[in-house]
Amino acid sequence: MKQSIIQWFKFGSPQAFYPLAGRMIPWFWAAAAAFGIAGLWISFFVAPTDAQQGEGYRIIFVHVPASWMSMFIYLVMAFWAGLGLALNTRLSGMMAQSLAPTGALMAALSLWTGALWGKPMWGAWWVWDARLTSELILFFLYLGFMALQAAIDDPRRADKAGAILALVGVVNIPIIYFSVKWWNTLHQGSTINLTKAPSMAHTMLWGMLLMALCFWMYSIAVALTRVRAIILERERHTDWVKHAVE
Amino acid sequence: MNAFLATVRRDLLLALRRKSEVLTAVFFFVIVTSLFPLGIGPEPVLLKKIAPGILWVAALLATLLGLPRLFAADHVDGTLEQMALSPSSLGLLVAGKILAHWLLCGLPLVLLAPVLGLQFDLDASALGILTLALLLGTPLLSLIGAIGAALTLGVRGGGVLLALLVLPLYIPALIFGAGAVEAHIAGLGAGGHLSLLAAMLALAVFFAPWATTAALRIALE
Amino acid sequence: MLNVSGLACSRGERRLFSDVGFSLAAGEWLHVQGENGSGKTSLMRLLVGLSPADAGEIRWCNEPTPSTEFRRDLIYLGHHAAVKEDLTPLENLQLAAALDGVALDERASLAALIRLGLRGREELPVRVLSAGQKRRVLLARLLTRPAVLWVLDEAFNALDVAAVKLLGELIAEHLSAGGMAILTSHQPLPVPGGKALVL
Repeated sequence: MKQSIIQWFKFGSPQAFYPLAGRMIPWFWAAAAAFGIAGLWISFFVAPTDAQQGEGYRIIFVHVPASWMSMFIYLVMAFWAGLGLALNTRLSGMMAQSLAPTGALMAALSLWTGALWGKPMWGAWWVWDARLTSELILFFLYLGFMALQAAIDDPRRADKAGAILALVGVVNIPIIYFSVKWWNTLHQGSTINLTKAPSMAHTMLWGMLLMALCFWMYSIAVALTRVRAIILERERHTDWVKHAVE
Repeated sequence: MNAFLATVRRDLLLALRRKSEVLTAVFFFVIVTSLFPLGIGPEPVLLKKIAPGILWVAALLATLLGLPRLFAADHVDGTLEQMALSPSSLGLLVAGKILAHWLLCGLPLVLLAPVLGLQFDLDASALGILTLALLLGTPLLSLIGAIGAALTLGVRGGGVLLALLVLPLYIPALIFGAGAVEAHIAGLGAGGHLSLLAAMLALAVFFAPWATTAALRIALE
Repeated sequence: MLNVSGLACSRGERRLFSDVGFSLAAGEWLHVQGENGSGKTSLMRLLVGLSPADAGEIRWCNEPTPSTEFRRDLIYLGHHAAVKEDLTPLENLQLAAALDGVALDERASLAALIRLGLRGREELPVRVLSAGQKRRVLLARLLTRPAVLWVLDEAFNALDVAAVKLLGELIAEHLSAGGMAILTSHQPLPVPGGKALVL
């Protein structure tokens, strides 16, 4: 037990984490590719054509996992941020910073695919559907986080300020989500729901699951790659980085 | 507690010496709400329908206008540093500053809203609900805004960044605040919306000064 | 009793100082010296608890700082004017005391302002005072706010000869009453004794 705690603290230092992340990245890329191929194969060739929505519904295989990831990444980001504030570990802030662009990408992807799906379904690129609206707000929260970090020069201060914002955001996300949902029902919004596609077949669920796993692996691989770059940038004046880059 | 009241008194006294800054936000509120009928047309049915939303969005933006000044002046002249080193808890002093901000930027909006609501043909009971919703909602805006103001203190392009950080967090207040008036007009009763606003306010009173204090300590490092 | 050990601080990638240590007992004062950019102000901000140290420990009466007790015993005057331009010197003193939760009657504030040579200026807005006079308003807090440890960063700047002498006297009085002081300055200070710390 004690041994494992020491191990964790060891990998909490950027210097120890850098090579570990380097070794893990190829595996996550490989897993992402494998899950992606399997997921796309099911979603394009195995899953049946939907009786009502035709072939267009297949975009949910990207839309739903992207939405999940965008929300989940914010939680993970807030977790790292909180850890960084509580324990004052340098790596936590770097992890939070490296996750934000991927989270924003997922939110943007979810919005874009939502719009593409909405055009044939609702006849409009944008509908003030509760899910899409909350996704848009989440996208703004990511942008705010990244803008705040970019605006502060001192990286340690940027980490801490970003951490507070992420924690404030994570408290607000459920409130925002339910308020938007309430607002939507009050205004008699669209009744078609993306995730509750009629006759959700078993194969569709599998396709979605595999795609979600693919997005997971992709996000981890990208975040680790980015965190390695951040470590190099921030620690560029230390001896080990000069040694590692050579 | 005395330090809390002293902070409120101090900020009110300072605002009294610089009246123009307070009045700017109020005039902004009046002008923005008056622009909408000019842009949309004077049709009473349409105006009545969009009135709650317009008044709330304008209140949101007017609050935002005063936020960058909340800590900036004290930061520049070093009095914020003295507050951070004061034996009184910084959280208490910050809470006092937020209350003063609401008294200066929020309360005038609450008092003006019924008058501006008349421009949009709202009836007396709808005006009452509007005022009540703003009375619950504007302190919430000041509390959440203070976190953003503290986070962007002394940061490049702070004003615009502040809007980007704070406006998404204002959305629930906007939805329930404007929703209360709309629900009342539609005959659904505004009780649910108002209690949710009050619940959010209670939550913010508890957490926002704490988060603001943490952000200020970081800004002072 | 102030005990400082192993203090280190860096700005960005640059290490300003490391392993700074000293202790102060009642009646002692420390003169922090060093060229521009050597980290005097950073050290002062670190000591009072405005910014965190990279390493090291600061203990006040054997308790780690920052604590409420430490803040009660501390008065820190930095580069900033730390007075509100729109208020009068009297209001500034009274409100600063109120924020600190210190009782201060008007007579005591007036006496402090008069001692600092601001007679007849108590009711003018600080905005119209000169830089040196603004500094004197701030220094009046040394008289109105009881504190054991004075941390004064470049307190002698912008002061005329008479005010430098007066501040020297105030510090000497404070020390002989069992107080402590930490001062930074490039000039020799008009206070006898004192430990020196060169960064």
